[in-house]
Amino acid sequence: MNFNHILIRYGEMALKGKNRHLFEQKLQSNLASKLKPFPAARIKKTRGRMYVLLNGEDPHDVMEHCQQVFGIHSLSFAVQVEKEEEQLKEAVMLAFNDAQNAKTFKISSKRTDKEFPIKSAELNPMLGGYILRNTEGVTVDVHDPDVEIKVEVRHDAAYITAQDYPGAGGLPVGTTGKSLLMLSGGIDSPVSGYLTMKRGVAIEAIHFHSPPYTSDRAKQKVLDLANELSKYGKKINVHVVPFTAIQQKIQREMPEGYSMTIMRRMMMRISEKLAHKQDILSITTGESLGQVASQTMESMNTINEVTNYPIIRPLVSMDKLEIIDIARKIGTYDISIRPYEDCCTVFVPKAPKTKPTRKNANYYEEKVDFNEDIEKALEETYVIQVNEAENKTKDQFDDLL
Amino acid sequence: MIYLDNSATTHPLPEVLESFHKVADRYYANPSSVHRFGSEAEYLLQQSRKQAAQLLNVDVSEVIFTSGGTEGNNMAIKGIALQHQSRGKHMITSKVEHPSVMEAFRALESLGFEVDYLDVDAEGRVNPQQVESVIRKDTILVSIMSVNNELGTVQPIEAIGSILKDYPKAFFHVDHVQGLGKIDLPLKEAGVDLCTLSGHKIHGLKGTGALIAQNHVSLFPLLHGGSQEHEQRAGTENLPGTVAFVKALRLIEENRKQKINKLKSLRQHLWNEVERIEQVVINSPKQGAPHIVNFSLPGYKPEVVIHALGEKDIFISTKSACSSKQPDVSSVLKACRLDHDLTTSALRVSLSYQNTEEEIDVFIDTLKKVIERLQPTMERSR
Repeated sequence: MNFNHILIRYGEMALKGKNRHLFEQKLQSNLASKLKPFPAARIKKTRGRMYVLLNGEDPHDVMEHCQQVFGIHSLSFAVQVEKEEEQLKEAVMLAFNDAQNAKTFKISSKRTDKEFPIKSAELNPMLGGYILRNTEGVTVDVHDPDVEIKVEVRHDAAYITAQDYPGAGGLPVGTTGKSLLMLSGGIDSPVSGYLTMKRGVAIEAIHFHSPPYTSDRAKQKVLDLANELSKYGKKINVHVVPFTAIQQKIQREMPEGYSMTIMRRMMMRISEKLAHKQDILSITTGESLGQVASQTMESMNTINEVTNYPIIRPLVSMDKLEIIDIARKIGTYDISIRPYEDCCTVFVPKAPKTKPTRKNANYYEEKVDFNEDIEKALEETYVIQVNEAENKTKDQFDDLL
Repeated sequence: MIYLDNSATTHPLPEVLESFHKVADRYYANPSSVHRFGSEAEYLLQQSRKQAAQLLNVDVSEVIFTSGGTEGNNMAIKGIALQHQSRGKHMITSKVEHPSVMEAFRALESLGFEVDYLDVDAEGRVNPQQVESVIRKDTILVSIMSVNNELGTVQPIEAIGSILKDYPKAFFHVDHVQGLGKIDLPLKEAGVDLCTLSGHKIHGLKGTGALIAQNHVSLFPLLHGGSQEHEQRAGTENLPGTVAFVKALRLIEENRKQKINKLKSLRQHLWNEVERIEQVVINSPKQGAPHIVNFSLPGYKPEVVIHALGEKDIFISTKSACSSKQPDVSSVLKACRLDHDLTTSALRVSLSYQNTEEEIDVFIDTLKKVIERLQPTMERSR
């Protein structure tokens, strides 16, 4: 006997009155695309809950995938069995064993099918007794059990539900609009994207690529990062902006101390224009306060001047170590630390101004016209679509492996 | 030809060879080279590592590609010993390990390490309680194989792993060379810190394999140099071999999931037929790995039987290939305290997913004829 269902509970979104229907639909479609690698699995929606019918797919594998989908509060394995004593016993044992290290338990039975001969009050001790007889050092605790096993005898069958697994929380991706993530190859920006997605935001990414100063490996790194992020939503469009000409012009014509600030302002301008073109209403960055020269309050103020789009900065109040923890958890850390040059590291000035001002930046920029360069960069921008779920079949090396 | 020596090595699969050839031909750049050609090779290496990690349910950072079982075992054992000797110099292994484990420990003994070699029961099995009874405060490593290469005994890895969870100072290494693709070993759940794998035992190529070292494990490298393999193993990566290994790994795991029962029943068939031969004493445990049957023909010199079968293009082996050049007694069988008669006359038949029932029938038939033919001479020389 093995689990044949996963029960999905959604906390926060269940509260969202009128929109609830839309939220549920989004969650269901996100789940469906997440579970593409499991062709037999089906998703069933009932009132206030969802079920994955496993149809023979590996329960733990599917569970792991479901745990990456935002908008789910918690999940449990469940098994549907015939309304028959032996099957019920086997099922509660299976449910108990799923909670490794559980020392105490509680069985809560409900009998909707009143024709079933064993009453709820008799079911609990009967099934609980069976667990006690087949384990060692395990006791019943009805107040604060390590695991609560729910038994529901319905008309069609009996359902046994095992321990809770935590879901990813948040809101289903795509329910709260879209943001343009400025994705470098570093540790911060993917984490920032992840946290934004957690609040239901779909992501497109923009990356500034400066060949030959930055290599294909650096670009691949960004695509790999986007690929990891796509695990938490659906496909991600990565807009790759050829940035070499602008960087060279900045280096040639702007004072060295301001080159970093002005480069960031250019990136922000291009991002805003691209967002506008794509009907995206905000920009997300991995900025956090006080980490490096470009992330001082003065810097943020000067860079932010060039756009009035909302800038989402989920990391702004986080410590580096907290960010790294999340990066490890979501699988981007190992990719981020690959040692390739990115667009920010090649043209780094020796002594960037840590306290730039809007006035000075404008003064320098007025002398040189960047509009044409910006338009050209936007024209030459190309899109690469990444999708974790489908990537597996698309890779050129797949037939080798 | 009927090849029944799959525990010594296996026939590389055609699709594995094809990958090897393509990679050697097309992606010969050094993955560490800066140019685009090098970056393709590096990407292919990353994809290989990712696939291996997925198949084994570990992190990409936990896969170290090696030249095979001997290197993996040496890297794990000496690597732990040298890195953690300040914590303690005591280590535990069993008396039935592969020579690449055994001799690594012997070498460390000569450097001042202390090693306990655990006894096994008559079927070659380590008793987990015994691990607990010899473990000490200064024990830094326990190394036990998952499947014995001569007998096919499956060791209680999960039971040992769960005992060791109470001894966080002792790392747990498992030589999984014979078990890979044949038995399920969930590394994390079983508490395995280090695990040796080999490519050529799973229809990959010689000179390939991996050591799985969990992220919390630090090792003293055997090979110093470049920063390849997370700085655990220097040397330009063997990309064609690695790709071939990872492909073989995928295919053998598919086989394990789909055809394991077929292999089990093939072994059962072999077992039943061998058992019927009057002169035979079976040494393997009944509940052993699904691909190994070891039996003795007391009084018959195993080399002679092997050569006689070889004349008919049937290939089986005595003891393990790695120790069969040394004469006479099998140390594994001796550790099981079997009679001298049995330890000096053991034969090993080892199966692959490719073997068929017909092949087994031909083998049995031929074996019976060989026994009959040799009987008069053997009887005389006893």
